Amino acid sequence: MNYFLFGIYPYIALAICIVGCRYRYRHYPESWKASSDMFLETDRLHRLSLRILHWGIFLLLGGHVVGLLTPHEIYEPFISIAHKQMLAMVGGGVFGGMVLVGLSLLLFRRIYFLRVRRTSVPMDYVVLVSLLLSVMTGLATIPVSAGHPHGDVMIALSSWAQNIVTFQPGAADLVAGVPLIYKIHIFIGMTTLFTLLPFGRLIHAISGVAAIAVYPFRPWQVVRLLRWRK
Amino acid sequence: MKIRAQIAMVLNLDKCIGCHTCSVVCKNLWTSRKGAEYQWWNNVETKPGTGFPTNWEDQEKFQGGWVLNKAGKLELKQGAKLKLLANIFDNPNMPSLAEDYYDPFTFDYDYLETAPEGLTTPPTAKPRSVVTGEPMKKIEKGPNWEDDLGGEFEKRGKDKNFEGIQKEMHSLFETTFMAYLPRLCEHCLNPSCVASCPTGSIYKRAEDGIVLIDQDKCRGWRMCVSGCPYKKIFFNWDTKKSEKCVFCFPRIEAGLPTLCSESCVGRIRYLGVILYDADRIEEAASAANEQDLYEEQLKIFLDPHDGNIARIAEEQGIPPSWIEAARRSPVYKMAVEWKIAFPLHPEWRTMPMVWYVPPLSPITSAAENGLIAKKGFFPDIESLRIPVRYLANLLTAGSEAPIVLALKRLIAMREYRREKTLNSEEKSEFLREAGLTEKQAEEMYRYLGIADYEDRFVIPTSHKEYALNAFDEKGACGFTSGNGCAHGETPSLEDLSVRLGHRKKKMEI
Repeated sequence: MNYFLFGIYPYIALAICIVGCRYRYRHYPESWKASSDMFLETDRLHRLSLRILHWGIFLLLGGHVVGLLTPHEIYEPFISIAHKQMLAMVGGGVFGGMVLVGLSLLLFRRIYFLRVRRTSVPMDYVVLVSLLLSVMTGLATIPVSAGHPHGDVMIALSSWAQNIVTFQPGAADLVAGVPLIYKIHIFIGMTTLFTLLPFGRLIHAISGVAAIAVYPFRPWQVVRLLRWRK
Repeated sequence: MKIRAQIAMVLNLDKCIGCHTCSVVCKNLWTSRKGAEYQWWNNVETKPGTGFPTNWEDQEKFQGGWVLNKAGKLELKQGAKLKLLANIFDNPNMPSLAEDYYDPFTFDYDYLETAPEGLTTPPTAKPRSVVTGEPMKKIEKGPNWEDDLGGEFEKRGKDKNFEGIQKEMHSLFETTFMAYLPRLCEHCLNPSCVASCPTGSIYKRAEDGIVLIDQDKCRGWRMCVSGCPYKKIFFNWDTKKSEKCVFCFPRIEAGLPTLCSESCVGRIRYLGVILYDADRIEEAASAANEQDLYEEQLKIFLDPHDGNIARIAEEQGIPPSWIEAARRSPVYKMAVEWKIAFPLHPEWRTMPMVWYVPPLSPITSAAENGLIAKKGFFPDIESLRIPVRYLANLLTAGSEAPIVLALKRLIAMREYRREKTLNSEEKSEFLREAGLTEKQAEEMYRYLGIADYEDRFVIPTSHKEYALNAFDEKGACGFTSGNGCAHGETPSLEDLSVRLGHRKKKMEI
């Protein structure tokens, strides 16, 4: 079971993510969108919650990527493992808190405002709830981490992540011994971030990154030559 | 010099009777879909008034169009690129459906038939919101709420074009002046919607200048909605993507006028080719003084009668039929030769390509009623300061001289024809005073007074060899806002199996 969830499932999730996105891009380009319903209810609370949610996720994911994938040897001269864990707990706590508040407000808004509720599709709720579960389990790991401040669990988790992305065998064994709450968080996180990504509105994250990469560098105007001049 | 062609439009406001035929045909053809009920790609507003969406001209609120930054370079009013990206999560300038447009509604017609017997009063059809499906207590707003100066003046008086006119004169103004303003997408030379799109899904077609949104590429970031100062980009609340006037491009390609033009009862719309120098757009749009923008835009229009221009245009691949059409273009005549047509709000620096002939009737009727003195042959237009100032705020960024000249020319042409018809005299003194020749006056009369179909619409067809092979499109879905024949929603399992060929798509009845 442990081997399947943490040795094989990550690859399944990544494969679903990549193939799914490619398929949707090719066959359902019109469905690829941010699905914003701000136009229906533009209240100040909504704006605030959107802002803290997105910046929170942005920073949280950045922290996860840097924290998990930076090899131990690279950061060792600069920061001790115990301090790094402290940093992860504080950063994760603050940004996770932002995301939690943002998500709760958005879920409330989706249910409370009739115009938004009536135009919601089931996938909107699936996305919100799975994100909520990810962040709640993530926040639940903080007290557990506080119980063992020496960073050995963190080393185990980051070695696991590094082994997965570099296709090393035996990744699953590395996390076999970590407390259950971490495992739950990893599983839900992977499911939300990769398995669900191609199917709902989360897919707009990819477009967001693409926009940041392209928009600042393109000229203001876009002109298409359809037929005449080659 | 990089020559491009555009099918541009002129609307003769003098003859608009505010019948809304253009809006209704447009709605029937393009926006009678879910999510598009509130969209009026073409609408007719009564001026003075706040229009649709409410107060769309207030760019301090909506932040549309362009401004010059400190270095004198063009920049979007809603911010430079990085600021725009930082606002992508919650566009702070986004208008909202119920507050700025209106909650689209239908009526409970069914109830008229299904109401139980024995009611004490006849059954009524209550309004129902199309978005929520719930009955509405009261309809608060509509697409044409101020039709024929409806509503209180207090609200209507917020019209931005009153700037520079004393507040107490507003209501006085209304007894002398009212005009209809039909509006559609301006298909600008320097469109700010295109510049606002983080994905690059909005584009201008080089061949005919039509600005379109690629629905496959639109990701629904909504920056174009706030970026367009004319508020002619609409967010479809069902497909969650933006839509806009398509200038009836399938008709234009076939050499037919847009449907709003074709159906115009008052024959106020004109369509024709304008050749312009694409290399000088940025320079022209960056003029330091807002009041110069109208002249600057005129300067980048090229004279198709100039043999040199025609030769370069042909070298750059513009077909001879288009150059010939540019020579006969009614738009060129009105905008460049007679200078009686003006861009709508040039101060937003988008270089709009739908121009307007200012309305004259309110001024002549005021003169006939003795409200304005005559000065020589002409009613003393300058003495009627309010309408001129108002029109200048609307059409020339506040510069009054071009408006006065255009109004004079329109009056001169009328007087000339009147003398000729009633007294069989060819009095051309007033023509000279307005800077017109007799030939020009006759031509103006032909275009503005008679307004034959062939004179109003000079549209060259797209070249057949490049056109879409219509046979391949047989049985396709046409203009949809969805995935192929679906409606923009996330793929359902049934959809998937249709795609994979396991099941045939059902035909909708």
